Amino acid sequence: MVEQVAHKRADDSDLILQLEGISKRYGGVKALSQVDFSCKKGSIHAILGENGAGKSTLIKIISGVVQPTEGTLKVAGQVQQFASPTQASEYGVVCIFQELSLIPDLSVADNICITDPPRNRFGLIDKAEQIRVATDLLARVNCADVNPRELVKNLPLSRRQMVEIAKALGRKPKLLILDEATSALSAADVEKVYEILRGLREEGLTMLYISHRMHEIEELADRLSVFRNGEHIETFDKGARSNDEIIEMMIGREYSSVFPPKPTHDDKLLTVLEVENLSWDGRLNNVSLTLGEGEIIGLGGLDGQGQHEILLALFGVLRGYEGKIKLHGKEVAMGSPKQAKSDGSIALIPEDRKTEGLMLPMSIQDNISIATLDQLTKGLIIDKSAEAAKIAEMIEKMSIKIGNVDDAVATLSGGNQQKVVIAKWLMTGAKIVLLDDPTRGIDVGTKQELYQLFRDLADSGHSIILYSTDYDELIGCCDRVSIFYQGEIIRELTGDEINETNIVAASLNMEISGQQAGTMP
Amino acid sequence: MSNFKIWMASNWRLFLAIGIFCLIYGTYSFLHPAGGSSRLFVQNSNESFVLISVAMAQTLPVLTGGLDLSVGSVMTMINALASNVVNGSPTEVFLGIILCLCSAALAGFINGCIIVYGRLQPIIVTLATGAVFMGIALFLRPTPGGEVDGDLSFAATFDLNEIFFTYGWPLPEWFENSLGLIPTPVVLIVIVVLVIWVPFKNSVTGRGCYAVGSAEGAAYMSGLNVDRSRLAAYTLAGLFAGIGGLYLALQTGSGNADIPQAGAYTLNSIAAVVIGGTSLYGGIGGVVGSIFGAMSLRAISFNFRVFDADGPLGFISDPLLQPLFEGSILLIAVSAGAARVFSIKNRLNLFGS
Repeated sequence: MVEQVAHKRADDSDLILQLEGISKRYGGVKALSQVDFSCKKGSIHAILGENGAGKSTLIKIISGVVQPTEGTLKVAGQVQQFASPTQASEYGVVCIFQELSLIPDLSVADNICITDPPRNRFGLIDKAEQIRVATDLLARVNCADVNPRELVKNLPLSRRQMVEIAKALGRKPKLLILDEATSALSAADVEKVYEILRGLREEGLTMLYISHRMHEIEELADRLSVFRNGEHIETFDKGARSNDEIIEMMIGREYSSVFPPKPTHDDKLLTVLEVENLSWDGRLNNVSLTLGEGEIIGLGGLDGQGQHEILLALFGVLRGYEGKIKLHGKEVAMGSPKQAKSDGSIALIPEDRKTEGLMLPMSIQDNISIATLDQLTKGLIIDKSAEAAKIAEMIEKMSIKIGNVDDAVATLSGGNQQKVVIAKWLMTGAKIVLLDDPTRGIDVGTKQELYQLFRDLADSGHSIILYSTDYDELIGCCDRVSIFYQGEIIRELTGDEINETNIVAASLNMEISGQQAGTMP
Repeated sequence: MSNFKIWMASNWRLFLAIGIFCLIYGTYSFLHPAGGSSRLFVQNSNESFVLISVAMAQTLPVLTGGLDLSVGSVMTMINALASNVVNGSPTEVFLGIILCLCSAALAGFINGCIIVYGRLQPIIVTLATGAVFMGIALFLRPTPGGEVDGDLSFAATFDLNEIFFTYGWPLPEWFENSLGLIPTPVVLIVIVVLVIWVPFKNSVTGRGCYAVGSAEGAAYMSGLNVDRSRLAAYTLAGLFAGIGGLYLALQTGSGNADIPQAGAYTLNSIAAVVIGGTSLYGGIGGVVGSIFGAMSLRAISFNFRVFDADGPLGFISDPLLQPLFEGSILLIAVSAGAARVFSIKNRLNLFGS
């Protein structure tokens, strides 16, 4: 530690960004604690970490979206306190957030120049100049084919990402932060982005690159920093650590111990749910899968490849899907969540528990019983004692840590909130549980409890579909894993096939190289 | 896509509004015995001016994704104020007009401040301030009446020739039978658009209004001054509504703190904005569309007058049924703005923004 500090002082002039003792608390939750971090000029610096490791808080602090609870931030050696993203960009710190900063109803040129548009002598926006500026910047990111007059909402996602980069370059950054900048892109587009980023490095721009795709980082980064649970673990040059070491740093534990053992399903399982050739709105293409009783199947792949949509389709949220959904061999037209709940005994634990899963200001007890109220009535009146008994039973069964059932659910920790959502659905007697990235933003200890819970549920006859952005979860929890790529299932893994290499290869649709690697000695 | 196609794609709503107006007003002109005459144009534009102003006012808050339920009240308050101050010597008249416009902008600014700094919903805030503005209007003008400068009244509410006649200026002969026949209110609207709206739309603050309505988070993240844009939108809404109130005073030569009328103007302004192609979700549209939306609404009620009362559809011209028809048209117009719901394939997107 002492050595590190001394080392840092030695080439301060070389550093574009320094964080010293930065901490950030949200209420009682510590998102970052005592982070020391620095970033060298003219490099691509990757930040690695699991969900909830503090990566996004870190970049929010650097780019002025939130302010640190304590600690100092220096840009090019000067101490700065950024009150807003605007202020940060004045000092050359520009962040590209995940598809958040383009305005759909404005044109590409309007968007690129939005922060500081060129003005004419009356102080009004000079549209001709704006088109010229936009054209130049688009050419710089190899997107000369995008018409700057086009509305952003009419562009495909991959193009929007390029416009986003062009927009950031227009602000003449010294430090460019890319937060999951390629998560929405196809492989060909990703390659294009790499080329642009390497070009920018040649021009002397420093980039902070946040991604959870190892493969990208190997290709791009000069230096890597690993974060875990809000702490900065280590920073090293590319190649200084092996992949295994890096993964261990990110996880901080052996993962075998975290997951309960998987049972061996020798007999053919009773099929409870079948999906045949399901397609929807171009985002799901001929998806077929089956789910057996007591089975946990995983949905893997990069974010946003249709995993979320298939869960919504099964839960009756999507209109106008094609293909068949069969429950216990009988085809059903899934028309609404209400129907999914009553006919299918299906429960969906939504991705965003704060908006779709819970009514945060309402009490724990109201949240747990809300989906089951029709079963708890005497005539028209809710039977309070039956409700209380049932709720107590669920809390006990799920071991939810609460003060009082009347407390607002917002007062619970993320993990316990998630348990409340699950308890709510189990109370309905759901047999098929759809989990949409259920452990996002939950601490490791609670995660472990949830894994045990999932397995217990499966053992007691529930069937689970688990979508997770965390590969380890798929490996540790699932009996089978289906990998999604651009709305299709491109690979199904079972048994020992479920390992990181296969998941990563399939996620990136690297079938050919994967097969070659398999066949070659 | 070619530049022309892109231009069409982003302006089709405006063209549709213009088309609707031409169709409805064309029918009226055809049925009316004096259709196409200068006298009728003057009369119709006079009858449309106030609604046009109020619709222009409503457009800005709607663009930012909000709504202003006080535009009718601000209009009425300024109408009452004008009937007290826009009279006397030319200097007094001039100062009176300035006072009216400043008060109107101030009313809008107050709305904006409460919404922006109080972080309250625009609908609730403007519903409340609207009641306050009506209270002030009643205080200023307890019973209909007051006095408004007669010369100015004549000059502003006829054609351009009338300005020369009123003030006794020599009228060039070439002008009298050409440009001189243009109704003054039309010219006033064009001036307001060119002097206030066009520069505003092309300013950073104006673009901010579109950005806020389209994606507020993105606008903030892009470093726009979101608060300033919102404030400007509500302030301009006040100003436009005030211009309407001032004009109403000139048109009627008096002031009237008419509560039902204020409510009707607010409701009509929303319908006009929707017909004019501004999205109630914000981010798309503009004042010019709303002008045609307001004129379309007015033209619909003009049509009731020329219906043959003895014909098979004669009941439509029954004055007692007019509020019912107008209300239905408003409902249809506002519903049309929600038509996008039918194309949503993910039911979750029906909720929230």
